[in-house]
Amino acid sequence: MKIKTILMGAAAAVALAPAAFAGRGDSGHVNIIFWQAASILNPYLSGGTKDVFSSSMIIEPLARYDENGNMVPWLVDTIPTVANGGVSEDLTSITWKLKSGVKWSDGSALTSADVVFTANYCMDPAGGCQQLAKFADIASVEALDDMTVKITFNKAKPFPYGPMVGSQTPVIQQAQFKDCVGIKAPECTAQNFGPIGTGPFVVTDFKANDVIALVANPNYRDAAKPAFASVTLKGGGDAAAAARSVLETGEFDYGWNLQVDPAILKQMASAGKGQVVSAFGTSVERFMINATNPDPALGDKRGTVEGGPHPYLSDPAVRKALSMAIDRQVISDVGYGAAGKPTCNVLPAPAIYASTANDSCLVQDIAGANKMLDDAGWARGSDGIRAKNGVRISILYQTSTNAVRQDTQALVKQWWNEIGVEVELKNISASVFFGGDQSSPDTFQKFFSDVEMYTNNFDGTDPEAYMGGWVCSEAPTPANNWLGANMPRYCNPAYDALSAEMSGTGDLNERARLAKTMNDMLIQDGAIIALVHRGNVSAHANSLAGVKLNPWDSELWNIADWSRN
Amino acid sequence: MLNYTMRRLLFTIPTLLFISLIIFLLLDLAPNDPTGDLPLTIPPEVREKIRISLGLGEPIWVRYLLWCNQFFINEPLNMLGHMFNTCIGDCENRLRVSSWSTRSPVGDLIAERMPQTLWVVGMSYVIGILIAIPIGVYSAYRQYSWFDQAGTFVSMVGFSVPTFFTGVLMIVIFSVNLGWFPSKYDTLHVVTDWDSFVFQVRQSIMPVSVLALFNASQISRFMRASMLDNLNQDYVRTARAKGMTEQVVVLVHVLRNSLIPVVTVIALGVPQVFGGAIITEQVFSINGLGALLILGIQGADIPLVQTLTFIFAVLIVMFNLIADVLYGILDPRIRYD
Repeated sequence: MKIKTILMGAAAAVALAPAAFAGRGDSGHVNIIFWQAASILNPYLSGGTKDVFSSSMIIEPLARYDENGNMVPWLVDTIPTVANGGVSEDLTSITWKLKSGVKWSDGSALTSADVVFTANYCMDPAGGCQQLAKFADIASVEALDDMTVKITFNKAKPFPYGPMVGSQTPVIQQAQFKDCVGIKAPECTAQNFGPIGTGPFVVTDFKANDVIALVANPNYRDAAKPAFASVTLKGGGDAAAAARSVLETGEFDYGWNLQVDPAILKQMASAGKGQVVSAFGTSVERFMINATNPDPALGDKRGTVEGGPHPYLSDPAVRKALSMAIDRQVISDVGYGAAGKPTCNVLPAPAIYASTANDSCLVQDIAGANKMLDDAGWARGSDGIRAKNGVRISILYQTSTNAVRQDTQALVKQWWNEIGVEVELKNISASVFFGGDQSSPDTFQKFFSDVEMYTNNFDGTDPEAYMGGWVCSEAPTPANNWLGANMPRYCNPAYDALSAEMSGTGDLNERARLAKTMNDMLIQDGAIIALVHRGNVSAHANSLAGVKLNPWDSELWNIADWSRN
Repeated sequence: MLNYTMRRLLFTIPTLLFISLIIFLLLDLAPNDPTGDLPLTIPPEVREKIRISLGLGEPIWVRYLLWCNQFFINEPLNMLGHMFNTCIGDCENRLRVSSWSTRSPVGDLIAERMPQTLWVVGMSYVIGILIAIPIGVYSAYRQYSWFDQAGTFVSMVGFSVPTFFTGVLMIVIFSVNLGWFPSKYDTLHVVTDWDSFVFQVRQSIMPVSVLALFNASQISRFMRASMLDNLNQDYVRTARAKGMTEQVVVLVHVLRNSLIPVVTVIALGVPQVFGGAIITEQVFSINGLGALLILGIQGADIPLVQTLTFIFAVLIVMFNLIADVLYGILDPRIRYD
């Protein structure tokens, strides 16, 4: 009897122990540092990653991506597909059924009206919504009942998971934001700084561009989560200081976006207080090769198809030689360390879309590049620079101002000089280069240089829109105010046909085949030279458990599961 | 003197209006874009809509007048209403100067950041002065002594070594290696009792001392030079001939006369306190006014930068006037009328 009681007691203790250790708020306080501090907690009014990530602790989408890029239901029970009837056969509508029992942090219930309101909030033409692209092609969003929302598109959408999927487009509360629609949106400071959400945390204090204080949401749907009772998200300083405060002083438990010289980061990590983690999404540092002539003498026709082809980059041998002369491994090691790996593809991930057809570029081949140029008739002049028919290969190479990019520029210049190519380097402040100022000649869209280098990526896991950026009609021209994604002005009818085929194909494997073919076309035609597949680098304290670095969604996507070990 | 002050005050109005126009034009004509920092995944059509929603579709003079209206009329009315807890006119719909990145009134942002800037930068200024004056006096009195040489060396180092170096050096020594002080300034911290006050002191020590070193080096050189000018004057010899003690000669006669130019220099430096210490605030994440300004510049947040720089301009003009008036009060030989 006695032994039995003891055994029973022990069994009960074992059974209860995990529950006792994993109650809401048991892990106390967690300090997070985002050196680029959040300006606002409404991602519809700021597309900045810092703001989207910060708000993801508070407001949540219907579905999001996990660390492997798979879609996971979040405020719903299942992901709608054609197979389960959630997506219509003709691919023009998707029906989401909300999870029951989800409450806002003020205690009211989440209903389909909130979802409909969110869509209309962003689609209001006067609101200046920054996530509008996610709501493209929507004909209507309607509530079928309290828990069901139907989104109808005005054309077939093989990938209908744009709106309200992923951290950029979370559901906001209608009751809170109902007076903040359209032109009133930016004036609702209290709402934008303290949205009511369904997420694991609630804002208690928000200082713009400085610090956010949060506490656990008392109405969070999982009674045992979050393990942390409160969060401080501090901003300010620079990446190196943030890395130091996590890895060396241990003042912070998690640091985001630590783009620091790889050697310094390694040294900081050796203090043993925390660890550096990286994850690879879709970001690729790449060269755009200008197919048009950037000669200022062309006036209005400069950098347009009407201005004629580029004097020497229109020769495929030159484009190929430029790519062969680059040692991608060295660029990756010098500039990116754990945050980079050499790549030959502009579409390196997710895995099913990654082509292996171009991997020969991973080995630098200066002799081969020289031979290719010799064979193509580009002979070295007395100054060692190659020329043909009076056209010298003299490249203006532009990029944004950034220490790593300037290192890369110096390396590439040296290699290209070795193959008889003259290189002039230029760097432009990022806010000018990436800003679309119509009056500036230095934007990456105008591309008034021979080659330019920067990083781009796409949201989520579906590359259709991203790959669709290199069709003929996407070329920036004065007629479309230089708005367009096709920087190299690549124009190939075969590519356009593949892009059109992809937008009508629903089968995943077939889409992957098309995407790979398109990637190979861009790379093999030399419109784009891919350099480095870039990852996100963050660091967390050794005592912080549950971090799953997610390159496909917010890095704080699973903060409800974080705990102190 | 009053006449002179009034005349100067009136003259500041066109000066400030002109300054505000120049600042606005400089910011607006610079090639910069508020959507430039957004991820590239946001397509250009959406960016264009964002720009229009920020009011960038309007012609430049409309935007300038709009800012003038918001800054010179709406903001003061709001402030008055806030002070007396009432509503003046159509206060619900009155547009305030709003930042583009946070979409919140710039006035609120400034008010939120003023305390830490005044505490850290202001304190470093006061401490800098308190250190600088005795050093300057003694260095001059014992010119070319070892104390003077050491003082000269320290102030040269303090003046020429940038704060981003001294700041990071202090963090590496005192935060990383010794673990005495936090490397990041906690702006949420509220002083309620002795322990929280101690924490406030601990987190302020490093930024305050970095800045105080810099301020003290500057002012101690002024003080020393001014003392040296006076020590060789005839009235000093007279005072000594009258049999006064060295203490009275130096601390009463010479010091008072030497302080006149130094007080002017100190007054002219006060606007810099409000301007914050851009670099030091960045190093210690103090996130005061200096950090706010630099963020605004990076993000092409024109209303924010315009308002902040204009407030600095007002302070500089005002403290120039104060310095001139102080000079007249301290030195009876100077009369403006």
